[in-house]
Amino acid sequence: MNQPYEIVIGLEVHVQLLTESKLFCGCSTKFGAPPNTQTCPVCIGMPGVLPVMNRKAFELALKTALALNCEIARFTKWDRKNYYYPDLPKGYQISQYDLPLSRNGYLEIRDPSTGSCRRVRIIRVHLEEDAGKSMHDEVAGKADSRIDLNRAGTPLLEIVTRPDIRSPAEAKLFLTELKLLLNYLEVSDCNMQEGSLRVDANINLHVTTPEGVVPTPIVEVKNMNSFRAVERALSYEAARQYAEFLETGKRLGEVPKQTRGWDEDAQITREQRTKEESSDYRYFPDPDLVPVITSEAELQAIRTSVGELPAALRSRLESTWGITAYDSEVLVHQGRAFVDYFEQLARVCGDGKLAANWMQQDIARVLNDQEITIEQFRLSADQLGELLRMIPERRLDTRRAREVFNKMLETRQTTAELVAQMGSVELDDRQIEDICRRLLAENPKTVSDIKSGKIKAVGGLVGQAKKINPNVDPARVRELCLRLIEEMD
Amino acid sequence: MSRLLELSAVELAELFRQGELSSSEIVDSFLEQARRWDGTVGAFLQLDAEQCRAQAAAVDEKRRRGEKLGPLAGVPIAIKDILCTAGTPTTCASRMLGNFVPPYDATVICRLREADAVLFGKTNLDEFAMGGSTETSAFKLTRNPWDLDRVPGGSSGGSAACVAARMVPLALGTDTGGSIRQPAALCGVAGLKPTYGRVSRFGLIAYASSLDQIGPLARCVEDLALSLEIIAGHDPRDSTSYPGEVPPYRTLCKQPLEKLRIGIIPEQLEQIDPAISQAIREAAKVFQELGAEFREVSLPHSEYAVACYYIIAPSEASSNLARYDGVHYGYRTDERQMAERLAEERRLASAGKSPEEPDPPLVRLFRQTRSEGFGPEVKRRIMLGTYALSAGYYQAYYLHAARVRRLIRQDYDQAFSQVDVLLGPVTPTPAFRIGERIQDPLAMYLFDLFTVGANLAGICGLALPCGFTADGLPIGLQLQGPPFSEPRLLQLGYWYQQRTDWHRRVPPRLRSESSPAGVSSNR
Repeated sequence: MNQPYEIVIGLEVHVQLLTESKLFCGCSTKFGAPPNTQTCPVCIGMPGVLPVMNRKAFELALKTALALNCEIARFTKWDRKNYYYPDLPKGYQISQYDLPLSRNGYLEIRDPSTGSCRRVRIIRVHLEEDAGKSMHDEVAGKADSRIDLNRAGTPLLEIVTRPDIRSPAEAKLFLTELKLLLNYLEVSDCNMQEGSLRVDANINLHVTTPEGVVPTPIVEVKNMNSFRAVERALSYEAARQYAEFLETGKRLGEVPKQTRGWDEDAQITREQRTKEESSDYRYFPDPDLVPVITSEAELQAIRTSVGELPAALRSRLESTWGITAYDSEVLVHQGRAFVDYFEQLARVCGDGKLAANWMQQDIARVLNDQEITIEQFRLSADQLGELLRMIPERRLDTRRAREVFNKMLETRQTTAELVAQMGSVELDDRQIEDICRRLLAENPKTVSDIKSGKIKAVGGLVGQAKKINPNVDPARVRELCLRLIEEMD
Repeated sequence: MSRLLELSAVELAELFRQGELSSSEIVDSFLEQARRWDGTVGAFLQLDAEQCRAQAAAVDEKRRRGEKLGPLAGVPIAIKDILCTAGTPTTCASRMLGNFVPPYDATVICRLREADAVLFGKTNLDEFAMGGSTETSAFKLTRNPWDLDRVPGGSSGGSAACVAARMVPLALGTDTGGSIRQPAALCGVAGLKPTYGRVSRFGLIAYASSLDQIGPLARCVEDLALSLEIIAGHDPRDSTSYPGEVPPYRTLCKQPLEKLRIGIIPEQLEQIDPAISQAIREAAKVFQELGAEFREVSLPHSEYAVACYYIIAPSEASSNLARYDGVHYGYRTDERQMAERLAEERRLASAGKSPEEPDPPLVRLFRQTRSEGFGPEVKRRIMLGTYALSAGYYQAYYLHAARVRRLIRQDYDQAFSQVDVLLGPVTPTPAFRIGERIQDPLAMYLFDLFTVGANLAGICGLALPCGFTADGLPIGLQLQGPPFSEPRLLQLGYWYQQRTDWHRRVPPRLRSESSPAGVSSNR
């Protein structure tokens, strides 16, 4: 793994914002509706209509930019990016060019295996409208394409990082953390399948040669449909670039920038048809929209609405509940509601580590089996906490607690009811002694075996005691039986 | 000619309200005038008599039932065919939109309907409002009612011509660089370009969004005031529309004039047709008699206004017109023919007989649709704008023009700190002959010299008839005022018209012909 090069990666992420309506008209943004049913004269670019900004979308964008530690522009404007494509009905996209709504932020990522943190700097976060979708029906042997404009005009956040990412794994880590952050902010559901999160990457290598460090040409990689695909595509691309460098010796600036597409089936990147001329989008300020001014008061209101973000939440959980970095990673990754449940559970049962284990094992299993979220889980944290509290109090062992837990899921009964019903009540010393005396009387053979030194035979008595009453503490039965046999002499 | 045709919109509305006239009578008179004259003048692209009569009948019925009537109840108004009217074609006088029927009304159309006006046909214009003579219309020629060999001006040439020819008392136009004021001047009628943002642009098919503004044309200023009162106001569908209250223009324009300072730019009067400068000087005397005080001012950057305009407007146009690609609506090239030709080109290319790689079908669809759908002037401006916005030229052209635009605005601010309004010409010459300049775009562009400044600065401007040349061609004067000073412009215009009768003159041709049977004549 000791290659003579460093990998340099920058990402450009597009995220659809979770607004009810589109960025410049009142159409719904819901995914999956029949084609061209969520459109109006504005988003299909009919003559004479005008865009009007959706303030909600702008606020969500500001919220995200703040969470990404960006500087917020108090004055920002809209620009037109001009290009022709059938799924771009106006012939231009309304975007932001030289005065984006925010700049100069960062996102901290933590390697869960080493715990080490790194900042990936963010160049800019801006808002723009999405284009429609083209579907090319070439399979049927027909030449015609179909266009669905439901997506046209959906608010899209563009997040551009500096080339601070040093490995494909780190790229995946960044995206995972970004997705988590956006989920916590409730600004996007980041579903790559539905296209609500899209990633392009720029990658090159800094190769160490006898003449010094040489940068290879930058390649833009597109068409990656999952975080795993991003990691694989970039790994493939790094190896490919190194091989190409060894073969050609071409360095940055000696060839035009190339765009390559990830082929998921073949697991390789392929060169995409390069445009004859470099694209010229002829950006200029959109005269149909007024600039957006954000006041300090508005900014403050958004700041307070941001809430606790994953990185801060993780370290707080670790210090408050004494759980490991691994545990906090897993808990936080499940989302805010899951963490809230965990904290209440920990509070009631009084043991963070125990609560964390139950969250990750028993509860996660049930949620997974039933395909539900923590919000739909039928036991409240208080109910479950009552049960778990019995474990450190030694009133119940884990195995029994699990049985009660499963019963609770089936019957909707309370912890106390079930413990009582299952006879799962704590036995006092006299009750245990009664059981032991009964067993000794019924098992003279065992008693004599023990007396002759076969101490292990006491296990049989413990087993029988459990059958009589499942609540007995095996250690106490064992201890008491041995003492009583000793006293017989 | 029917006496009714000589009435103003305000008078017609009043007579209708009083029950003296029915809307059907009014509309029938104007329809008759249009039937007689529009074959010659060519002001209308569409005029559906049945539709007009149906609207008139509806408003008559409304009056009969004693319902509340809007301020323009029963009065016909012609609409420049660049304003969207739901359910009727809106073509921009372009092949590209020859078959386009918008499913929505422009905001101004909604407001006219609420005012119970009768929408009276769609008027001819330069294609997509690009031109100053209505000659770039893809569909027909419009003639100046004062001299049928001359242009009516443009781009709202149809609107100006139909008002001048008494085919309608009132019309809406749009003004991006003078397109209301200039044809008004050439046709001897009044036209108002409101302050940018005063009237919602929703439903106005964009030429240059930062300059476009809708305004009225009529013979008398009070009609302009009334119609502005109806169409102005904030619109949630246009975020560039001004949120302030709409003043009662009609009342305000009749207020007695207080002492006003009027600015005049001496150089303007030196470089134009002497008959025009003479008429402006005469008009200045009238204003002086009305109590105005004159002062000489200057707009130092005005010499760059035309150059600045012809960078900004085409830049915006190149982007605004990108949507006409044949994909979603409007004109599309004959695809079968296109496919056949493309296949033939491919054959030649693969046989090595053609050095050129044929377009992909999509590119060919765009290219062919646009080359067939747009006329030469529109293409010229798209090319100009595309060039001005291109990487490497943006700084030198678009950005530079945007800076000059700011200087021009500052010039006006400076001037309006010294005077209340500016008086000057609308055009350097009267109406030119049809065909005279169409081959000379630069001469055509220079004709906009005195009008583009108001659009670049976003201020308001009023054109009024103020005399005639020796050949009997109308001359217009222009009053320009700071943003939202429409009440003052209209007030000056109103009192000017109280003292003069230029606006009552009738094109001789209309006067000399015998009146249609059954309609009484006062001449």
